[in-house]
Amino acid sequence: MPKIKIPPVLRPSVGGEREVDATGDSVREVLRGLVAAHPATESQLFGEDGELNRYVNVYLGDEDVRVLDGLDTAVGATDTIVILPAMAGG
Amino acid sequence: MSPSGAELIRQIKASIAETDPKAVHELLGNGVAIVDVRETDEWAQGHLPGAKHVPRGFLESRIEGVVPDRSQHVVLYCASGNRSALAARTLTQELGYEHVESMTGGITLWKDRGYEVEQPKTFTAEQRERYSRHILIPEIGESGQQKLLDARVLLLGAGGLGSPTALYLAAAGVGTIGIVDDDVVDLSNLQRQVIHNTTRIGVPKVESAEETIHALNPDVTVVPYRTRLDASNIMEIIEGWDIIVDGVDNFPTRYLLNDASVRLQIPVVSAAILGFDGQLTVFKPYDGPCYRCLFREPPPAELAPSCGANGVLGVLPGTMGLLQATEVIKLIVGAGDPAIGRLLLYDALAATLTEVKIPRDPECPICSRDPQSITDDEMGVFPDYEAFCAAAG
Repeated sequence: MPKIKIPPVLRPSVGGEREVDATGDSVREVLRGLVAAHPATESQLFGEDGELNRYVNVYLGDEDVRVLDGLDTAVGATDTIVILPAMAGG
Repeated sequence: MSPSGAELIRQIKASIAETDPKAVHELLGNGVAIVDVRETDEWAQGHLPGAKHVPRGFLESRIEGVVPDRSQHVVLYCASGNRSALAARTLTQELGYEHVESMTGGITLWKDRGYEVEQPKTFTAEQRERYSRHILIPEIGESGQQKLLDARVLLLGAGGLGSPTALYLAAAGVGTIGIVDDDVVDLSNLQRQVIHNTTRIGVPKVESAEETIHALNPDVTVVPYRTRLDASNIMEIIEGWDIIVDGVDNFPTRYLLNDASVRLQIPVVSAAILGFDGQLTVFKPYDGPCYRCLFREPPPAELAPSCGANGVLGVLPGTMGLLQATEVIKLIVGAGDPAIGRLLLYDALAATLTEVKIPRDPECPICSRDPQSITDDEMGVFPDYEAFCAAAG
């Protein structure tokens, strides 16, 4: 089962979890599954056009999915997906 | 019967490869490792340009730090060519170096031929003692320490990240440290901003930081800027610095800094922190991605926790700030692999360090262009900038 690493800013929307299990064969399915389970994450991840917000990066392993197949990138059962919004604390 | 010393040297010279100063002069800058095997006081009188210093007495223990690749072409020299011949025999016959030559006539003949000599800057006895643990590391050594003393590093912020970075860069002997901060020390800062202390509450942070740095290392010159970095002053403030350390606490300044540093082609060692999480990377303009390649635009203000009052583990800026200081030192001395094109994600609660790649964006609005074409008007601007700043207060 793939896993999703949840960044600090999204944790309140997923009950405080830092990592959640996911289902789906593509990045889109995995993230849509997350949204279905935790609706508060939707507006933070997706724009009105259904695409990823520009201020959120999603990585499959260590690769930015934008340089792979975007939301259509295939996800394997042992993959880890990292969601990474920009942070500016100093 | 044992040979005389002179006879032994003659025999050794017959068994090794020698080359003359003219041939060595033609090799300068062509990837050959030139190693001076004289004593430290002789080296201090001047040496061949670009040469490394390994006194013959430390040859076996230190040569691998200077020339790790045994197949590299190495030219050894001393004052007249005798000690370098003995050293060449050691490298060739005992340490397995494949292409070693000794320069005939040494630096004496080199000078007689009129070739240039580089005059090393010398350390005071106190500096030699203060930086002795750096000088012992092959990756730094005397030349690296001199680079640190000659370096100019600008810290944006003397807060959570800037405090530990400034302390360790000062201790390391970074010769000139600029600090930009318009704030004063507050009691709530002292849980993590370790360059300040309880007696400095109410004192401008740049003054407090300067006082601590001078007490730690009088070699360091501090250039304080008690101001807030903005579009009207950024070009004037950051121009001329070798490296910028970004520890600012808001997105507008991070984008502004990115655009200005790309325009001036100054590397930025960047970190961000929140709660128990930290991020770190090095933006080296045109060698790697820039901040806009990583995040094309900032999150809306309600999703940008740095704009509000948010907590952070006091130790976390220490951890991330020292990773920044480490990257700064690596960039100055040219050691190791800087975190260019890689973002390190530190999760203090999980005790994990995750690395993701940052590709350069061929359509980046800033670094896909010629630096000269970036205008004052577009620096630091992003979609919805006005709304962002209004919401952020």
